[in-house]
Amino acid sequence: MIENQNIQREEMSYDVVIIGAGPSGLATAIELKKLNPETSVCIIEKGSEVGAHILSGNVFETKALDELIPDWKEKNAPIKTKVSMEEFLFLNKKNGMNIPTWLLPKSLQNHGNYIISLANLCRWLGEQAEALEVEIFPGFAASEIIYNEDGSVAGIQTGDMGVDKEGQPKDTFEPGIILKGKVTVFAEGCRGHLGKQLIKKFELDKNSSPQQYGIGFKEIWEVDETQHQEGKVLHSVGWPLDPKTYGGSFCYHAENNQIYIGYVIGLDYQNPYLSPYDEFQQFKTHPKISKILKGGKRISYGARALIEGGLQSLPQMHMPGALLVGCDAGTLNMPKIKGSHTAMKSGIIAAETIQQHLYDKKELSVFDTIFKNSWLYQELYEARNVKPSFRWGLIPAMIFTAIDQLIFKGKLPFTLNHLHADHETLKLAKDSKKIDYPKYDGQLTFDKASSVYLTGTNHAENQIIHLQLKDPKLPISYTLEKFDEPSIRYCPAGVYDIQYNKEKDESEFIINSQNCIHCKTCDIKEPSQNINWVTPEGGGGPNYANM
Amino acid sequence: MKILVAVKRVIDYNVQIRVKPDNSGVEKDNVKMSMNPPDENAVEEAIKLKDSGEVTEVVIVSIGQEKCQDTIRTALAMGADRGILVKAGDDIEPLAVAKTLKNIVEKEKPNMVLLGKQAIDDYCNQTGQMLSAILNWPQGCFVSELGINDSAITISREIDEGLEQLEIQLPAVVTCDLRLNEPRFASLPNIMKAKKKPIEIIEIESLGVDTIPKVKYLKVEEPPVRQGGVMVADVKELIQKLKYEAKVI
Ligand SMILES: Cc1cc2nc3c(=O)[nH]c(=O)nc-3n(C[C@H](O)[C@H](O)[C@H](O)COP(=O)(O)OP(=O)(O)OC[C@H]3O[C@@H](n4cnc5c(N)ncnc54)[C@H](O)[C@@H]3O)c2cc1C
Ligand code: SF4
Repeated sequence: MIENQNIQREEMSYDVVIIGAGPSGLATAIELKKLNPETSVCIIEKGSEVGAHILSGNVFETKALDELIPDWKEKNAPIKTKVSMEEFLFLNKKNGMNIPTWLLPKSLQNHGNYIISLANLCRWLGEQAEALEVEIFPGFAASEIIYNEDGSVAGIQTGDMGVDKEGQPKDTFEPGIILKGKVTVFAEGCRGHLGKQLIKKFELDKNSSPQQYGIGFKEIWEVDETQHQEGKVLHSVGWPLDPKTYGGSFCYHAENNQIYIGYVIGLDYQNPYLSPYDEFQQFKTHPKISKILKGGKRISYGARALIEGGLQSLPQMHMPGALLVGCDAGTLNMPKIKGSHTAMKSGIIAAETIQQHLYDKKELSVFDTIFKNSWLYQELYEARNVKPSFRWGLIPAMIFTAIDQLIFKGKLPFTLNHLHADHETLKLAKDSKKIDYPKYDGQLTFDKASSVYLTGTNHAENQIIHLQLKDPKLPISYTLEKFDEPSIRYCPAGVYDIQYNKEKDESEFIINSQNCIHCKTCDIKEPSQNINWVTPEGGGGPNYANM
Repeated sequence: MKILVAVKRVIDYNVQIRVKPDNSGVEKDNVKMSMNPPDENAVEEAIKLKDSGEVTEVVIVSIGQEKCQDTIRTALAMGADRGILVKAGDDIEPLAVAKTLKNIVEKEKPNMVLLGKQAIDDYCNQTGQMLSAILNWPQGCFVSELGINDSAITISREIDEGLEQLEIQLPAVVTCDLRLNEPRFASLPNIMKAKKKPIEIIEIESLGVDTIPKVKYLKVEEPPVRQGGVMVADVKELIQKLKYEAKVI
């Protein structure tokens, strides 16, 4: 942001200002209008259009949508492919063992769910919201929180446009404006950069375990007809990940001979030499997987962090003047790897809360009561012990999960807490084993540059670098020295690099911020929390089409 | 003085274009669309002239599907006054576009028509020139500088040899180069205001323009993948390779 405090900023007021047009933000807006069409609602979205920054698996449970828009079928929602077949594989290097689906806990079964593109569902939800007179402004990022004098949240300020690298206004300078709401709803998704500030300022997480995250990759492939079984859902654990690292794959057979294939890895991994990107690339070469993809064509690539802490890590979701919903708070159900329906439900609950707040003068803390009485709370409660059990390793965790989920249905009388935040888990490079990943073959596996190219990511040139280092020396003096600069490996877009400067005879930390695809992994995993992701100019970032 | 600006809705320049599996065209479903970049320069220039007081009204016209209204709204949010959408199919060709624009020019009677130099989807680079011919107005194409004095404009245009300076009598058709200016950002309050600005909708049939495509697309294919280079040891090997492998000499 520009330092000059004298800038005149325009101000606009709404009853409710929502940050982020993902499933949670859109559900909040739609439910608010359903409850009272007079409530004025706006949504701002940093992507160049609704859906441009949405990346998800996605096997979709319609439970929350059934409540929000019961006639979604008649309204032609882009939810068409019913799950028709399911497989769960335990992979070793050469082979895979099928785990019969009846043995799987109910939370891992997908009967009745649909294979969808969440980005396209959001585009459709955006249209539904606009038809209810919600104002949606894509291409604008919320860059700062605005507070009232009494410390409550008043709204947000949108980012300045047309500021150069040095922070000076260019000819095209357009100051950000202030958007004020009686209530502001933060729905930025996993690791929202404003949500992060709110959690800290209002100590919303003082009673919760450290938050847990994962990084998720996704590619869309067009495959040969003979390899495609529309409606099939395939999950795997095991190879190529080592048994200590939490993660697994998904492979969904969608419409039009397309496959949505991806990999999720817990960011509490310990080996700084692990490269999540390369684990995913390597996974595709497994005989069980490569046979599906061979002869096919990769048409999309992307990555996004997921929030996995569950109920133990969930912060308080209300604070004076504002609510935190969806993955910005952490409502994802980890054993299911589903966060869309839970994000939407949290939005519906937020809308009910705001309705009572605006018209019945209730405090925003009624959120807690409505939440505790909802199926959302019940669902997250039952799922709570699965992820933490994985610190015992894959096999014991799977056995525990089977007992916990199949026999006790998540009702065991204790809660396993998460022990560490993800940035604390890396071992020193000198104590870790280097990993030799195979070369990319250009058929099944690809280098980062050609992958990033498919994301359509772009940031206007000559703007302030949106990946801020709290201490610019630290990457060389600490992270490189101790951890062999893991950002080179965990960033899915090749933003970070170390280059040797001959003249100065020293290594330099390079940030190719233009490539950033807004996954937020660096903000989470950097061992000294030195990298702070802030919003670049609105409209920048990936341009995902059907993710 | 009044300016008419023609804008086209195209696949956004950041999007990686993908050919449909059946080779019938390129994939447009759920792909981000936006205003053709040089058209943005045309809009910017018109609004700049309005800001400086030389122009009193800027009218935006787009030809295509209902969704082109979004593109018109973008121009209105940048500062244009009103819009006209001529509803037509996606496959409308430059000559039909030029004829349609001629109709609109006759109705609106602008002193100048501004267009982008070409559209980034088909790269035709024809519409402006065709429009000038059928209107019998002078044209200035690939313009990177524009000034107005009374009944004429002075322009610099980008040509192979460098820059050409011309003075052109109005009314005229001008097509804009990316170097002409840097388009402004539409501010949020201006986007709000733009929602209230009028857009007139005209069905292309009512203008009597022949829109039947004259070009038939047989097949759309991706360009062949570039082969990696090889290092040669010496000139002799280079010549060998050029002669017998690449067969170019
Ligand atoms: C690889 C992967 C696979 C998944 N698979 C599934 C699955 O199969 N089923 C399932 O149900 N869920 C799945 N999920 C989870 C699901 O995608 C998320 O839970 C869901 O998207 C969360 O919704 P949200 O609205 O909270 O946030 P998001 O969907 O992340 O949306 C947040 C929106 O806010 C915008 N935004 C953020 N910050 C700002 C700002 N400062 N200013 C303006 N706009 C901002 C973003 O651009 C984005 O559009 C998966 C996730 C991943 C990564
Ligand atoms: S720079 Fe950070 S947020 Fe951007 S793509 Fe890389 S890891 Fe993700």
